[in-house]
Amino acid sequence: MIEHYLSLFIKAVFIENIALSFFLGMCTFLAISKRTDTAIRLGMAVTVVQAITIPANNLISQYLLRDGALAWAGLPNVDLSFLTLVSYIGVIAAIVQILEMVLDKYFSGLYNALGVFLPLITVNCAILGGSLFMRQRAYNFGESVVYGIGSGLGWALAIAALAGIREKLKYSDVPEGLQGLGITFMTVGLLALGFLLFSGIQL
Amino acid sequence: MNRSKKILFAPICAQNPIAVQILGICSALAVTAKLETVAVMALTVTLVTALSNVSVSLIRHHISPSIRIIAQMTIIASLVIVADELIKAFSFEMSKQLSVYVGLIITNCIIMGRTESFAMKHGVFESFLDGIGNGIGYSLVLFFVGVFRELLGSGSLFGQQILPLIGEGGWYQPNGLMQLSPSAFFLIGFFIWGLQILKSKNIVRDSYD
Repeated sequence: MIEHYLSLFIKAVFIENIALSFFLGMCTFLAISKRTDTAIRLGMAVTVVQAITIPANNLISQYLLRDGALAWAGLPNVDLSFLTLVSYIGVIAAIVQILEMVLDKYFSGLYNALGVFLPLITVNCAILGGSLFMRQRAYNFGESVVYGIGSGLGWALAIAALAGIREKLKYSDVPEGLQGLGITFMTVGLLALGFLLFSGIQL
Repeated sequence: MNRSKKILFAPICAQNPIAVQILGICSALAVTAKLETVAVMALTVTLVTALSNVSVSLIRHHISPSIRIIAQMTIIASLVIVADELIKAFSFEMSKQLSVYVGLIITNCIIMGRTESFAMKHGVFESFLDGIGNGIGYSLVLFFVGVFRELLGSGSLFGQQILPLIGEGGWYQPNGLMQLSPSAFFLIGFFIWGLQILKSKNIVRDSYD
C-alpha cells in the first residue's frame, strides 16, 4: 500500500513532471523565473493549492458529477459530467480566494511571502491540468492527495531549477536576437531533455 | 477599413500572441507532435477566442468591474465545453489524442488576455476581428512547430508519408527526438530568434531586474 503511494509520488514529481513533460503552467513558468527566491515562493504556492484543489475536485466528481454519482440524493440516472470543466475552474477560483483570506488572517508571514502570486495561480493551467489528469486516470481519494502534493512539488522543482540557471545566464554572452525569451526556451528544452532520463525508471 | 485591417493583422506577426506576448504556450507545445491535432486545436482556439471576445464585448457595459473575471471565465468555460462536446461527437479518436488539452483552453491565457485587454474596451466587430487575428497568430506558430516535428520525427505530413522511412525500404532515418517534448521548446526558441532578427530594430530584451 505504502509502496503504491510512494511510486505514484515519485512518478508525479520526476517521471511525469507536470511542467517539463506535459508543459502545464508554462506562462507563469517562463514569466516568473528570473530570480530564485520568487520562483521558490511561487513553487510553494502552487504546491499548496495543488494539494488542496485536486482532492477537493476528486470529491466533487465522485459525489456530484460522475455518471450515477447522485444516487445518494435519490437521482441515480443523472449524469452531470458535462459540467466538469466549469465546476473545476469554479472550485479552483474559490479555493484560491479562501486560501488567500485564511493565510492573510492566520499566517501573515507566509501571506506576505506569497504576495501577488496567490491570485495568479487561478489562471495557472498546471492546477486545472492536474485536476483533469486526476479525473482521466480515475484516481481514488488517497491517490489524489498524493498526486496533488507530488505534481505541485514537481512543478516547484522545475521552476526553481530554471530560475537558478537563468540567474547564472545573466553573465553569459547570448547572441543578440536570442536574448530574453529565446534563450529561455532553449534552456527549458535542455532541462526537459534532462528530465526525460527519468522516463526510463520502472516503478 | 484600414483600422480593421490593422486589428486583424497585427497579432499575426508584430504582436504574435505566443512569440511576442508570451501567452498560451502550454498547448502550443503539447499538441504539436502531429499536424492533425494541430489543425483541430488551432481551429478550436481561434473560434473560442473570437466568440468569447464577441460575447464579452456585447455585455461589456453591463458587467460590474469587480466580477468581470468570473463573468469572462464562465463565458469561456461554456464555449470550451461546447467545443469539447463537439469534438467528442464528431471525432472521438481526436478527443482522446488531445486528452486534457481541450479543457485547458479555458486557462489558455490568450483568450483571457484578449477578453480582458481588448473586448472589454472595444466594439463587437472589432473584438471579433481581434479574436480571429490572435487565433491565426497562434495557429501560425503551432503549424510551424507541427510541420517540423511531424516531418522530421516521422517523415510524414497530416499522416501522409513524405519521406520514405528506412524501416519501410526508404532512406529517411526518423529523428526520434522530434516526437518528444523538448524539441518543441527548441523549435519555438528558433522561431522567436527568427522573428526578432526580422524586426531587429526593436528587440524585446529581458530587464533582469
